[in-house]
Amino acid sequence: MFAPLTWALVGLSLAAMVYAIVLAARNKQINWSILGVLGVVEVGLLAQLVIGIVQLAGTDRDVSGPFFAGYLIGSLLVLPLGALWALAERSRWGAGALAFACLVIPVVEQRLHVIWVA
Amino acid sequence: MSAPTRSDPSATKRGPGRILVLVYGVFALAATARAGVQIATQFSDAPIAYLLSAVAAVIYCAATFALAKATTLSRRVATIAIAIELIGVLGIGAFSYAVPEDFPDATVWSHFGQGYGFVPLVLPILGLLWLRRTR
Repeated sequence: MFAPLTWALVGLSLAAMVYAIVLAARNKQINWSILGVLGVVEVGLLAQLVIGIVQLAGTDRDVSGPFFAGYLIGSLLVLPLGALWALAERSRWGAGALAFACLVIPVVEQRLHVIWVA
Repeated sequence: MSAPTRSDPSATKRGPGRILVLVYGVFALAATARAGVQIATQFSDAPIAYLLSAVAAVIYCAATFALAKATTLSRRVATIAIAIELIGVLGIGAFSYAVPEDFPDATVWSHFGQGYGFVPLVLPILGLLWLRRTR
């Protein structure tokens, strides 16, 4: 795995999560800034998918391919679906739901790392 | 932005329910993908555990859609699904400690959901409390 990208994804997602929690705490709705950040994260996840698949194809080590690819593909669904679901709630709880979606990304990256080095 | 009223069945997907449905949705996605990969690639390793993984995936999907649909009927479906989920995580959790050799590869519910930060144990309790609260 390409460590700088992984760390950037984890950092951006956590920052977005903190921002979403602040929005929820201040009784604010989701805004375009946070959606923009998550759009960048999504592009990064797409790059992670491409890099991950290429590295998986090239490695000699015994990495569990189906699980690794599953997490890579699954990670792409979380933010778009989470954002759509969260946007339909015009209250602080929409921001709260989006904060949870953000938290999923670092967890997925951690799982990917564990599968990769195992 | 109105507070959920007690007689409104759509309350399960509003307010804090918005977060709950998303948590359920992520578990539905994860459990379905996990069970699918396990059954497709290594079913003979631990058929019981992988079938239970598939059952868990179905339950999470049912609970997610039922909570999200939020009609009078779907509230019942959600209640049943989440009750089974609670029984499942308690039963499989206990069983996986009692007979570890039958669980060489963890399911979502093994060891009370330890592999998932015990969220699988807390989630059905929150789900049932939320259904009660929005009744």
